[in-house]
Amino acid sequence: MLIQQLTNGIAIGSVYALISLGLTMVYGILRILHVAHAGIYALGAYIGWFTFRFVGEFWLSLFVGMAGSALAGYLVERFLYSPLLHLPRIAPLIVSIGLFIAMEEAFRIVAGPHTLTYNAQVGIGNLSLGSFQLTETQLLILAVTFVILVVLWTVLSRTRTGLAMRACAMDAEIASSFGVNVNGIVAVNFLLGSAMAGAAGVLIGVYDNQVWPTMGSIPAYKALAIVVLGGLGSIPGTVLASLIVGLAETFFIGVLAIPFPRDAVAFVAMILVLMFRPYGLLGKA
Amino acid sequence: MRSKEKNPLPLASRPLLLTVFSMISGYLVTILITVTLYAMLAHSLNIITGRAGQISLGHAAFFGIGAYITALLYTEAGFPFGLSVLSAGLGAGLIGALLGIPCLRVRDDFLAITTMGINFVVEAVFLYIPFFGGAMGIGGINLPKWLGREMTKPEYFLLILAVFLLLLLLDRKLDRSWIGLAWASIREDEQAAEAMGVDVVRFKVIAFILGSAIAGLAGGFYAHFLTFIMPQNFGFGQSIVILCMVVFGGIGTRWGPVLGALVLGILPEISRPIMEYRTLLYGLLLLAMMRFQPGGLLGEESILTKFFRRMWTPLRKSHPA
Repeated sequence: MLIQQLTNGIAIGSVYALISLGLTMVYGILRILHVAHAGIYALGAYIGWFTFRFVGEFWLSLFVGMAGSALAGYLVERFLYSPLLHLPRIAPLIVSIGLFIAMEEAFRIVAGPHTLTYNAQVGIGNLSLGSFQLTETQLLILAVTFVILVVLWTVLSRTRTGLAMRACAMDAEIASSFGVNVNGIVAVNFLLGSAMAGAAGVLIGVYDNQVWPTMGSIPAYKALAIVVLGGLGSIPGTVLASLIVGLAETFFIGVLAIPFPRDAVAFVAMILVLMFRPYGLLGKA
Repeated sequence: MRSKEKNPLPLASRPLLLTVFSMISGYLVTILITVTLYAMLAHSLNIITGRAGQISLGHAAFFGIGAYITALLYTEAGFPFGLSVLSAGLGAGLIGALLGIPCLRVRDDFLAITTMGINFVVEAVFLYIPFFGGAMGIGGINLPKWLGREMTKPEYFLLILAVFLLLLLLDRKLDRSWIGLAWASIREDEQAAEAMGVDVVRFKVIAFILGSAIAGLAGGFYAHFLTFIMPQNFGFGQSIVILCMVVFGGIGTRWGPVLGALVLGILPEISRPIMEYRTLLYGLLLLAMMRFQPGGLLGEESILTKFFRRMWTPLRKSHPA
């Protein structure tokens, strides 16, 4: 029972990590609170659903969902955020909120207000070790997240692009004076982060077996809480915070049955942590 | 028109016409009260976000705290109208101080998300603690008594409007005082302000308390107007609506938030025929506004401000003061 809840918590936490990482990468380099990131996540789920419906192949739908989200994220950066970077930070924040509202409505108008079932057969099968059960979708989430995290870690620590990304996150101006193409790096950040959000959307679509217009509403703010909890801009901190929130949600609500809204757990954790560590778990001053 | 004068409406239809007319004016007064309350909320958030430059994404929490204080004091403790509304302002200000002091010590981006978190937690408390009435909320709050009868809606509107104008006057006073100067210095460059000896945290907290108290006051008026309140009225979505009004009208200006409340408050009413697309348009409007007029309608460099300036200059030249 306990191990079962632990696995559920880690699976949920992995999806949170996929969504929040893009957010923390965008913040790390542009200092923008990218609320519309959750719209990109829902867009990934919708693109994945459409692809799956017409092709019937799960892995292809995952890939197309990620690619579509990456493109959308790039366009948002190019045409909405980059002209506003010199303004006070409330301007891109409001643009982001407006875009998020418009995206949710566009999903509702184009694909209808009802939920769409995303009944993909992945073909891995369930895993059971005695009383311990791991469903096919949980296994899928864990595997995909693991692969994506390894790829991200390799890019960041083993390639020249990754080095440039880390340099820009520390100080974009100085990185630029050393010949780093900052605009290109920002675009790479948005492409990678949005692709991860798209993957999270497809995974949640399959996990819950549904895609719906407002599926991004809760991740929109919960991911922000996770990112702050981990320390804005810190990638390991974000992964750690995602797992903590995923586990805390399943334990407090599932095991201890505390009558408290599940979606407020992340904020309670965030506020508690900020009291003692004003820069988040792994954030730097 | 002429034919109507010759054939006045049959007598029987007159009461009907009167009813229709009073229904329309009842509807109009309801919108006017709603817009004034929104203007009060936008104005209070403008003190925190516009004057002192601190982004808050959870302003509806203090609106809700005020409404719940009023509702509980009025229905449970039997406080009269005026006292219950005043307590709402004071109580929301006090809670604003308690929550604001730790929040304002963190970095500015953290404040946005922490206040958002406060909003979710406050809504959850109203929703899950039975003392606050749960999802059903609290009912049985009435419009105030006046001259031995219940105040009518138009009278209530005038009362709220008068209070709001007083608050705007206070804003004018504050803006020209040393508090206003300190806020401006923090807004423009926090580090420089600190280096010049401005007690940054103290002035941020003053702005936060004042903004929260006025939001609480608006909550008190709102509870008495609506007669029942529910946790859903004070969620994160409401905070976003208030913030959008401030930014849309012109952040940091005196009349911008008022204009924002007027436009965005009336917009849902006049766009009823295109119900299906109205939220989409709302989102796109915000997006386009910030993308092309980031200072808001009445911001320093907006089309509207330039227009007014051009209109004003010849007037001033022809009538030297």
